[in-house]
Amino acid sequence: MELLLNIVIYLPLFGALLLLFIRRDEWVRWTSLLVTTATFLLSLPLLFQFDISITGTAQYMTVGEPFLGDWDVKYMMGLDGLSMLLFMLTTFMAPIVVLSSWSSVTKHVAGFFSMLLILQTGSLGVFAALDLLMFYVFFELTQIPMFFLIGIWGGEDRIYATVKFFIYTLVGWLLMLVALIYVGYAAGNMVNEGVFTTDWRLITSPEFQLGLVEQTWLFLAFGFAFCIKIPIFPFHSWLPLAHTEAPTAGSVVLAAIALKMGTYAVLRYLIPLFPNAAIAFAPMFAVLGVIGIIYGALVAMVQKDVKKLVAYSSISHLGFVVLGMFAFNTIAAQGAIIQMVNHGLSTGALFIIVGMLYERRHSRLISDFGGVAKMMPVLTVMFMIATLASIGLPGLNGFVGEFLILVGSFNSSVLGSYWYAVLAAVGVILAAGYMLWMFQRVMFGSVTHEENKKLTDINAREIALLVPIMILIVWIGIRPTDFTRFSEAQVTWMLEDTQNRADAIAQQAASDKLPSWAEKLYDLTPHLASESDKLAAGSDKNQEAINQTIKTEH
Amino acid sequence: MDAYVHLVPWILLIPLAGFLFNGLLGLSSESFRAMKPLIGGVATLAVFIPFLIAMWLFFVMTGESEAATVSLFTWIEAGDFSTDIGYRLDQLSLLMTLVVTGVGALIHFYAIGYMTGDEGFWKFFSFMNLFIFAMLNLVLADNMLLLFLGWEGVGLCSYLLIGFWYADMSKSDAAKKAFLYNRVGDFAFLIAMFMIFQIVGSLRFEDILAGTALFSTDQVFLIGLLILIGATGKSAQIPLFVWLPDAMAGPTPVSALIHAATMVTSGVYVISRLSPFFMQSPELMLFVAVIGGFTAIIAATIALTKYDIKAVLAYSTVSQLGFMFLALGTGAYVAAMFHVVTHAFFKACLFLGSGSVIHAMHNVEHKLHEDRKHVHFDPQDMRFMGGLRRYLPSTYKTFLIATIAIAGIPPLAGFFSKDEILVMTFNAGMGAYGAVYIGLWALALITAFMTAFYMFRLTLGIFHGDFRLPKKFSKTQGYEQHLHESPFTMTSVLWVLAGLSIIGGFIGIPNFVVATFTGTADVNLLSNWLDKVTLDTDLILSKQVEWMLLFGSVLVAIAGVFVAFHLYDNNELEAPDARIAERFGALYQVWSDKYKVDEIYEGLIVRPTVRFSDRVLAAFDMKGIDGFVNVIASTVRFAGSVVRYFQTGLVQTYAFGIVLGVILVLFMLLFR
Repeated sequence: MELLLNIVIYLPLFGALLLLFIRRDEWVRWTSLLVTTATFLLSLPLLFQFDISITGTAQYMTVGEPFLGDWDVKYMMGLDGLSMLLFMLTTFMAPIVVLSSWSSVTKHVAGFFSMLLILQTGSLGVFAALDLLMFYVFFELTQIPMFFLIGIWGGEDRIYATVKFFIYTLVGWLLMLVALIYVGYAAGNMVNEGVFTTDWRLITSPEFQLGLVEQTWLFLAFGFAFCIKIPIFPFHSWLPLAHTEAPTAGSVVLAAIALKMGTYAVLRYLIPLFPNAAIAFAPMFAVLGVIGIIYGALVAMVQKDVKKLVAYSSISHLGFVVLGMFAFNTIAAQGAIIQMVNHGLSTGALFIIVGMLYERRHSRLISDFGGVAKMMPVLTVMFMIATLASIGLPGLNGFVGEFLILVGSFNSSVLGSYWYAVLAAVGVILAAGYMLWMFQRVMFGSVTHEENKKLTDINAREIALLVPIMILIVWIGIRPTDFTRFSEAQVTWMLEDTQNRADAIAQQAASDKLPSWAEKLYDLTPHLASESDKLAAGSDKNQEAINQTIKTEH
Repeated sequence: MDAYVHLVPWILLIPLAGFLFNGLLGLSSESFRAMKPLIGGVATLAVFIPFLIAMWLFFVMTGESEAATVSLFTWIEAGDFSTDIGYRLDQLSLLMTLVVTGVGALIHFYAIGYMTGDEGFWKFFSFMNLFIFAMLNLVLADNMLLLFLGWEGVGLCSYLLIGFWYADMSKSDAAKKAFLYNRVGDFAFLIAMFMIFQIVGSLRFEDILAGTALFSTDQVFLIGLLILIGATGKSAQIPLFVWLPDAMAGPTPVSALIHAATMVTSGVYVISRLSPFFMQSPELMLFVAVIGGFTAIIAATIALTKYDIKAVLAYSTVSQLGFMFLALGTGAYVAAMFHVVTHAFFKACLFLGSGSVIHAMHNVEHKLHEDRKHVHFDPQDMRFMGGLRRYLPSTYKTFLIATIAIAGIPPLAGFFSKDEILVMTFNAGMGAYGAVYIGLWALALITAFMTAFYMFRLTLGIFHGDFRLPKKFSKTQGYEQHLHESPFTMTSVLWVLAGLSIIGGFIGIPNFVVATFTGTADVNLLSNWLDKVTLDTDLILSKQVEWMLLFGSVLVAIAGVFVAFHLYDNNELEAPDARIAERFGALYQVWSDKYKVDEIYEGLIVRPTVRFSDRVLAAFDMKGIDGFVNVIASTVRFAGSVVRYFQTGLVQTYAFGIVLGVILVLFMLLFR
């Protein structure tokens, strides 16, 4: 299985090399489709063989030899509950992305598809890497093809958009690189006999205890990078631009996969590496998440460009994910993970659909449409389902994530206030507002533009690429446990482990002398029971009270 | 009931199958769409078979039967949170199921005729089946989250069906409005669920009701209030009622099924379902009653002024729902459910009757169009009607029966249920906050008068006198011959519903009526049926008072009918209205302006939000946030443009630099 994991990761890269030797555009397309489909099929055994009960470690682990001189930096790959679903989302979306670019890309076809394939290997590497430095390397590997995808095959303002996207992200990640090196040396001193290490198992081990002051700065450096990538308000301004200028495939990959690297990195590294800082800063991140939810929704509402509208809606949806991750309980974190998948599916579908409209009409302006439902009934159904999923209609996938995040953050003891959830829930109303308003203006009403009368409904290829997404949207909506079960145990373990290590470090730090700001920031009173115990105790109490009332009634 | 509960999933699956069958085949096959009898037949059967199953369950169940639940699979689960796709069979859910599938099947059957000329026939019936599926989830769910799935599901179907003729922007506006107002209510409902989960650790009704003691009074009030807000959205009560009149943009069978008989009563259902919880807080109950009482009278005053026949019926629906909420607030859950049932009968009959009228008027419009006579009139405006009883005899008779029923004339269905609500409101006047309840009772009595009045105004305006269209447009002379009665498939449904409007009240005959003659009596079937599931306030009034109240409500209803006949039974509509307007002056203007609620929401919330987002936030996003990022970038670029002069590549420049450096170092050494 370890070998299979590596094959899945590198098969797309191999495919990209293959494309170098293919001359005919048609063959390039078919090869890409073949490679991505094969990758997806090969990744399925990884899902089926996955043992959901294993916690604390990853599965299908490949651990190589240190390759960077004296440093203990290894090629280390594997999957666990945190990464499994996102890994599968990446392999699942790839053939769809290839199909969606089938006829819309006519310029440098081989270059385009090889970029997509390299991007896929990079993304799979990001989700499977278990060494922090390897994670960083794979991350940078995804940036380069994305830079070219937007810069070469994008819209009018593509150069400005792609440079902004690239440099903005890079600034954040370079800062993180510095912090990463610090972590590597610190971990070396504490847990690896003085040898620099970024091994995920070592840097999240209980013996690795960073002081509170160190944690603060490192957390901020890492957090800054991830904030830009996710993006969290107010670091989002590259996103609408990049989304609008990117070709359809670029937007889909960006929304479905690339943004998830930021949120995934928060769960994988930011929270476990700096447990005390993560807990101390949780309310602040939750505030930014809630602002993002409402701000993104309000700005989305007044956009005139459909693609920009969807881009701002992404900011709103990712606000939910951020809120869920920083609520520090299993319910909300599970919601955040499934919401990452959901956002990938529904926003991915929306970008694909907008792309289909653009391909026919060469416009993304809402006002250029109207009455499209009459000409394109099948597209209307798909568009409707994706829209409803995006606004969180129960029975479709979006609701599951949003509900879990809200119910979890409502009861979060780390956040300590239900107002986060209440305000975030306002986003549910707003989402219905801007999505349905857009849908109405594009699809309903009478046909006001002569050009729109000639629109043809989506063809078999286009139906074939949307239907799998629709199936998953409904499947996750009705039986989410088929998906959430993969992450449940590992997430629970991760949160508990983080809390325990935070407690241990806090106890240690209580005796040290700290700067006054740190004393204010960190809660150093010892936590005797972890949060889950408290919740359990609460429900026991409730059970007793219920029994009591039943008794008195009789 | 454990032996029969396994039948419950079938009640839900059959309409779902109907939806998928018509929806998928219709979407993929052009020739399938033309097979209208097949489509309509399958859709109707997909509702009728569940009705038969529900009837079977009804016969094997008694008022004493214990509730049973069946769980299909785990739906959402994470950490301590877990909810099943699980259904609960008890007297209340079965009663609602019977109404939904029974009235639903009738309306489906009616719609086969009504929608037959529409190209979206298949779509219509697949949406209707989906609605039935969602509604059954709502009433049969054994936990709040699954109920919420049905709750939003019916909202979706309502959205799809209001905007069924989507090419008309005003219709899709109405659909969007309905969805958004409902979402505001749903938001409150969501928060209520979070709080309940926090306190009880479960969202199952069984656990919530068993755990009512866990809630403090404040928590009960707050959670109840949130649920109430949710209910005001779905059931069109103050402050969220404004979407329902607009919802009449949908095809008339939709108005009958969704916006009169079933979906809009789901707020009443939810509060009845949680009655032991609501009873914990008298203040909460008072709040519910006040909302109901005021909605009832406000909607009734608006209904007085409207000419669009569906608008009158819509406001009448809002008003009747107000009565139901009033009943809930007085702790009369049986009375509320009773009114849900009887209202489903007579209001469905009225709406379908109005559909038949609109059908006939459309035919006239169509003929005029064919003859190239350009006359523009609204086929739903009763000012152009009048005298239709001659042309639509069955529609007239059934409409009249339903009107008598809603007006509250004994012994038709509406009388019993409305009287029970009035009695129970007066009864609540004997308890906590008595004065307020007595005031609400007085309001309700006035509303009952208005109901009788405006409903007869409607009936007289449509059916009595002479056909007014030719008087307004001389070109239309002689076109009354094109007013045709609807086909038998449609009128037969009207007759069934009219029959139910006559006899429906006998399921809830007040015990005291019989007890006066026999000493004791146990004839209120509905009350016995619901005894185990709802927690009603005890009736403490003496028989004499009850009789007085009963006569009072009959008297008020008859007075309303009498005044309506006096004013409108002379082929006049606008002249008497003008007289009323004169009498009430500014007040009448407020009524006909619908209290300007739409304008207030639009002006105070919607437009400012959009404008703020557009002018402030969107601009801030471009200039503020992105501008700041660009400022940083240009600072770097500027710094670079300065520093680049140090890297010119010219040896002379470097030498100059070295000299400067040497001088600087020397100075530092000399003057330190």
